[in-house]
Amino acid sequence: MSVLTIKDLHVSVQTDDGARPILRGVDLTIASGQTHALMGPNGSGKSTLAYAIAGHPRYEVTSGSIVLDGDDILDMSIDERARAGLFLAMQYPVEVPGVSVTNFLRTAATAVRGEAPKVRLWVKEVRETMDRLSMDPAFAERNVNEGFSGGEKKRSELLQLELLRPKIAVLDEIDSGLDVDALKVVSEGINRVRESGDTGVMLITHYTRILRYVKPDQVHVFSGGRIVERGGAELAETLESQGYERYAGLDLASAGSN
Amino acid sequence: MAPLSQQSGIRPDVPAADRSERLRSWNPADFPVPIGREEEWRFTPMSQLRDLLTEDASAVVGSGSVSVEVKAPSDVKVERVAHQGAQHDSRLGTVGVPAERVAALAFSATATATVLTVPQDTQLTEPIVVRAHGNGSAGADFGHVLLQVEALASAVVVLDHVGSATYADNLEIRVGDQGHLTVVSLLDWDVDAVHLSAHHIEVGRDARVVHVVVSLGGEVIRTTPEVTFAGPGGDIELLGLFFTDPNQHHEHRIFVDHSEPNCRSNVNYKGALIGEGAHSVWIGDVLIRAGAVGTETYEINRNLLLSDGPRADSVPNLEIETGDVASAGHASVTGRLDGDQLFYLMARGIPELEARRLVVTGFFAELRDRIGVAFVTERLTAALETELQRATSS
Ligand SMILES: Nc1ncnc2c1ncn2[C@@H]1O[C@H](COP(=O)(O)OP(=O)(O)OP(=O)(O)O)[C@@H](O)[C@H]1O
Ligand SMILES: [Mg+2]
Repeated sequence: MSVLTIKDLHVSVQTDDGARPILRGVDLTIASGQTHALMGPNGSGKSTLAYAIAGHPRYEVTSGSIVLDGDDILDMSIDERARAGLFLAMQYPVEVPGVSVTNFLRTAATAVRGEAPKVRLWVKEVRETMDRLSMDPAFAERNVNEGFSGGEKKRSELLQLELLRPKIAVLDEIDSGLDVDALKVVSEGINRVRESGDTGVMLITHYTRILRYVKPDQVHVFSGGRIVERGGAELAETLESQGYERYAGLDLASAGSN
Repeated sequence: MAPLSQQSGIRPDVPAADRSERLRSWNPADFPVPIGREEEWRFTPMSQLRDLLTEDASAVVGSGSVSVEVKAPSDVKVERVAHQGAQHDSRLGTVGVPAERVAALAFSATATATVLTVPQDTQLTEPIVVRAHGNGSAGADFGHVLLQVEALASAVVVLDHVGSATYADNLEIRVGDQGHLTVVSLLDWDVDAVHLSAHHIEVGRDARVVHVVVSLGGEVIRTTPEVTFAGPGGDIELLGLFFTDPNQHHEHRIFVDHSEPNCRSNVNYKGALIGEGAHSVWIGDVLIRAGAVGTETYEINRNLLLSDGPRADSVPNLEIETGDVASAGHASVTGRLDGDQLFYLMARGIPELEARRLVVTGFFAELRDRIGVAFVTERLTAALETELQRATSS
């Protein structure tokens, strides 16, 4: 079993006007097999947390720790974190011109698995996974995310998740921009990964509709760069009907204490 | 790519016409020895041009250090013709006349020219390979190739340049009506080579030409493709790829002279530069004359800076003298490797060096795939791999 432990995490983002503090003490523990939903208003810092875990150079950890199975991941480079078992499905996946999906997936799988997958098995694995995600095989020949629709980008993120089988997966708004059918396909994919029991999932979302397909063990409410409330799956429903307004005071308080 | 500088759109104010009105002559004595302040030479490192700038042009004889070998399918007519001063073969110099001193010097000092003719209606299935091999950079040598693709013929020609040399040459290309030509100049010289190459290209009625320059090696490499149209409906693509290492100068000066109606030109050059003293120059002059109605033209240069230190000069010029243009535009973008692309690849476990390799290879992929000549694609892929190995391990 794997555990990701985030303790009192403070993160600043590099802007043109210097460093700007965003996260103000985040505590969160996720174990493989568990699913945690992270919800909160726009700009509360959810993506910042995701990027900080993945190691994006624009986000600087000013204090606190992130540990995966006893190893301090803050000491690791971006690629080392991924090879250690972390995965981030991005809110806005990046286009990489001239690099085909096939080439990219195989290079990534080779890096993460530590050896090149056997060609025949690999081709079959990719084809079947794409098929389950209702992806046209022609996607494999296209350049990574180039000209993909919003929904296609999200499916492609999920394809990578299924092929790379990480210990901990952070899915940043994997449900945004999906129509009802695509939402089902993507949810089924997440559930396949969960059922293996080997992966812990942090699902960042604004909406409960995905949580009806992917049942969270815990829901965390994020506001002003911190987790301000925790609860079970039912908390999501409350949030959907009542919004984040009642956390606004907390938001101000934390911002004011800075 | 993360742009540092960018320009696009139409700038009708820049005098591309100046280029068409320049002095043209086969006699080097008609041009003063350039000093580097001339528009033509302002980006070129004159102090590195060695004997190519010799004061007394009449005394210049080629050193013979560059040997030219032709491998051609049997339906191609290959001639080696004597070529000196006034006694030159009358076909030479009919496509283009030199517009600067070094090209004129090459014209007058070349001892033997190569004339390649692909007869009318002939479709070649194998490429013609012209291989220039330099055996040393001491003393200047000169060359001249005339390539004639007659009406309705189609051909692929690769001009391969290897070894070490101080070299200047003229390449004349005439493509007849409805002819098809892909011509690739692969500049894979050793690091001490200096090569100044003037290309004169005439596109026939409804002919289609793909002209590619691949600048990899050398100390100073300067290629100046000039395009004219002999009839309406011609189509030319000018593609370029360069990988410029520390203390290397790669210069490409393009001039497309649209004088005929309904022709198309598309210029697309991409370069990667790395290290102190790496210098690339791209000048894209496109002139659309009054009679060239219905012209379609687009030119773009993209440069990728892989480290601190390199300098990329990029100057698109578009001058339009007719009100009836189908489309015209230009763009120039110079920037660094995109951090978000690297992050994305690395977040999937791909180590940084490999991620950089993927992004740079991807940057060139679009052009590489458009060349469509297996022989060149393979050489290019291998050369890029070597360049990137060197670039990323330093
Ligand atoms: N690169 C950046 N430059 C400047 N500001 C940034 C940057 N990244 C994040 N921020 C700021 O940090 C705050 C948190 O942003 P973040 O993207 O983490 O929020 P979020 O909770 O993911 O919001 P959303 O629900 O809209 O996706 C915002 O105020 C945002 O403007
Ligand atoms: Mg976000």
